[in-house]
Amino acid sequence: MNWTKKDLLEIKDLTKDEILLILETAESFKEISLREIKKVPTLRGKTVITLFYEPSTRTRTSFEIAAKRLSADTINISASTSSFVKGETLKDTGKNLESMKPDVIIIRHSMPGAPHILARTLKSSIINAGDGAHEHPTQALLDLFTIKEKKGKIDGLKIVIIGDIMHSRVARSNIFALKQFDTEIVCCGPATMIPPYIEKLGIAVEYNINRAVKDADVVMMLRIQKERGRISYIPSIREYAILYGLKKAHLEKAKKDVIVMHPGPMNRGVEISDEVADGEYSVILDQVENGVAVRMAILYLLTGREQ
Amino acid sequence: MKKKVFLDKKAIDRTLTRITHEILEKNKGCEDLCLIGIRTRGVFLAKRIQEKIKKIEKKELPLGILDITMYRDDLFKIKLPVVKKTDISFDINNKIVLLIDDVMHTGRTIRAAIDALMDLGRPKKIQLAVLVDRGNRELPIHPDFAGIFYAIGAGEEILVKLKENDGKDEVIIVGTQ
Amino acid sequence: MKILIKKGRVIDPKNNIDEILDVYINGNIIEKIGKNIKEKGVEDFVIDATDHIVAPGFIDVHVHLREPGYEYKETIKTGTMAAAKGGFTSVVCMANTEPVNDNRSITEFIIKKAKLEGSCRVFPCGAITKGLKGEELSEIGDMFDAGIVAISDDGKSVKHSGVLRKALEYSKIFGIPVISHCEDTDLSHGFINEGVASVLSGLDTVPSIAEEIIVQRDIMIAKYVNANIHLTHISTAGSVDIIAREKRNYKYITCDTCPHYFSLTEDATLKFDTNTKVNPPLRSKKDIEAIKEGLKNGIIDIIATDHAPHDLPSKDMEFNLAASGISGLETALALSLTLFHEGVLTLGELVKKFTVNPARLLKLPYGDLSEGNAADVIVFNPYIEWIVDKNTFLSKGKNTPFDGWKLKGKNLLTIVDGKIVYRDGLI
Repeated sequence: MNWTKKDLLEIKDLTKDEILLILETAESFKEISLREIKKVPTLRGKTVITLFYEPSTRTRTSFEIAAKRLSADTINISASTSSFVKGETLKDTGKNLESMKPDVIIIRHSMPGAPHILARTLKSSIINAGDGAHEHPTQALLDLFTIKEKKGKIDGLKIVIIGDIMHSRVARSNIFALKQFDTEIVCCGPATMIPPYIEKLGIAVEYNINRAVKDADVVMMLRIQKERGRISYIPSIREYAILYGLKKAHLEKAKKDVIVMHPGPMNRGVEISDEVADGEYSVILDQVENGVAVRMAILYLLTGREQ
Repeated sequence: MKKKVFLDKKAIDRTLTRITHEILEKNKGCEDLCLIGIRTRGVFLAKRIQEKIKKIEKKELPLGILDITMYRDDLFKIKLPVVKKTDISFDINNKIVLLIDDVMHTGRTIRAAIDALMDLGRPKKIQLAVLVDRGNRELPIHPDFAGIFYAIGAGEEILVKLKENDGKDEVIIVGTQ
Repeated sequence: MKILIKKGRVIDPKNNIDEILDVYINGNIIEKIGKNIKEKGVEDFVIDATDHIVAPGFIDVHVHLREPGYEYKETIKTGTMAAAKGGFTSVVCMANTEPVNDNRSITEFIIKKAKLEGSCRVFPCGAITKGLKGEELSEIGDMFDAGIVAISDDGKSVKHSGVLRKALEYSKIFGIPVISHCEDTDLSHGFINEGVASVLSGLDTVPSIAEEIIVQRDIMIAKYVNANIHLTHISTAGSVDIIAREKRNYKYITCDTCPHYFSLTEDATLKFDTNTKVNPPLRSKKDIEAIKEGLKNGIIDIIATDHAPHDLPSKDMEFNLAASGISGLETALALSLTLFHEGVLTLGELVKKFTVNPARLLKLPYGDLSEGNAADVIVFNPYIEWIVDKNTFLSKGKNTPFDGWKLKGKNLLTIVDGKIVYRDGLI
């Protein structure tokens, strides 16, 4: 199994073998972060640019640490504060960046398909670090890595995703990734936040959280935001917390060894209670830790792809 | 294609026994000694040496696995290798680290391995044991312990096969000569 | 100029003609149609149309010529050249120019410019409301006097039902139809159909009901005030159902669809190709089937292009930000002929939807080959295969999702008012 893709734009693009190769490679990279000297020379001389049109400290930092631990040079451009991109089209910004010969550009954008524009235009490898409600492939890969690490497998598991499925790139990428395996996927949330037609992908929909988490192996929580554009999808955060906030009592219905995940940042007391976030089932910090290893693996595979 | 068995199963075992004795002689026992095999076949050789030392010294030395892919100097010039795990669960600071590999050729693998070890700590000494030294060095690195030396000619290739990986033990020379 | 078109299969739905005949054009008039018309030796052109179809020039009830204001996207000159190439001899241009065609001076400008530079007839459509704002009626009477043939706020619906009612009532004075773009913007806040594709891409959606609710509303208001309503670029199965039902008890309803609504599904948007961004959006397979059925059983009267040319920068950006629309004049005939090749429509039915039906809607004296009529004639071949190459478009708008498609059927000759305005071989 060899890596041949120039870019990582969407999980939809990946074969199961490619997903497994990333996970396997990430396993080898995980150990580096546990060393005293957390650095290997693998990507010495490579340049990695993070281009973020949406504020995100978490994902950007994770990518930056991953690149630096591989000895790549990293440059961060935050489009909201930088004059580098002011008034310029995305394509022009991409071309300008390319003139400085980066090997990888990691882009976060509020609009679906924005990374695809760079991928079509540029020779550099493009990594999608989240494009609107479309995909967040590295998050899904680190989630799969964490599931595999904790459960020893992915096949045969029941995974419940709870929250604003409609606007969640994390949910989408996870659904596409998990569908490559023999899994039972249940989406749970307010009916206003479940995208119509999702059942056609073979996903079960459940509005009641108690029924949703029954016998679950994995519970994935999503971050909730009340307002999306001009429309309110839920009456109040308060009511959401009552109906869909994950509490310890819910987990009694799940499998004994259930794990609880959250892509962060968490709204404590809203979608997840303190006792769950900090409790024995929570693997939220493992996700963050694994994020670095998975992103190292992706950087390694993309820069070393067969051309 | 001509094929010649250079070492058979028994010869490999005798050679490893000799190397083991040399290691113990040079280090005056096995105090502070630890073994690190280089993936893939170096790991199996390291295990065999560990066994032999256990028989002689009644002591089980720590054994680690080193994958040097991340340290290769030709990483983006060749078909991208799959990175495998490095697994060294003990502290190598102030230890005598015996690196073990099957074949020594240019010296570049060992250079990468030494760099990798240096990132993991500061050993007191690093020594190198190989089953076959085939000459043609490109870097000033030499083994402390070598099973056999064979300077291979043009068109020749020397292959080490180990039971754990290849189903049988033998060192063969294939080639046109 | 005298032109004799010989041995073509003449299809003239209005006069129930479908046979091998000759057509004699003298000056700007169709002088004679008949068997074996003898050459008189004074013809400027004698065209052998053996194996080809001779039809009335097509009428497109829905194009955007972009002039005035957006001449970098299209001009009356280039837009009508594209029309002529596509087999259209008359086009109706929508009012969303800059300034908006909501008053006599813009209407007159368009008509004057078209006379000077146009390759085909241009009929302006006036805005229903001033500035397309949906608030105050435009001076429809004054524009009618200047030459508009319909009114429309195309690009959006008239949101206020009361305003639409007034427009429908007022249009009756002049006997022109109200062309309705059906979209409830309270329900549509996106860029693609709500369906499996939107689940996959996360793009915001325009659900089918956003169209259907307005289709129903507009028909109800028109029926109530007894006015002509034309529903343009119908794209959903639900719309076809509603129109089918309503047509049974109210006869002043017509509608059109566009070639992209029966040629492409929402799946085309999955790679974020902005050339597939169009309003209303590309729909599901089920909708395509319903649109084809609607064309077949006559519920959908007309095929229009909604030719919406754009400059490259307006399309070469994020899907959300890119302009909507397809440059459609030069692919419409071939895409529609697919319906013939698939057995959905006969050639006669197909020609009707491009000629007689739009002419009747707009009360135009064109769209048929009656002797003594103005000579708007095209010659096309339904079987010639060609590959769409956007770079060969005469339109300034190269925005097509059909680039590289292999299509069957090609217009070869366009005659407007007795003058050859486009030809591809033949002579």
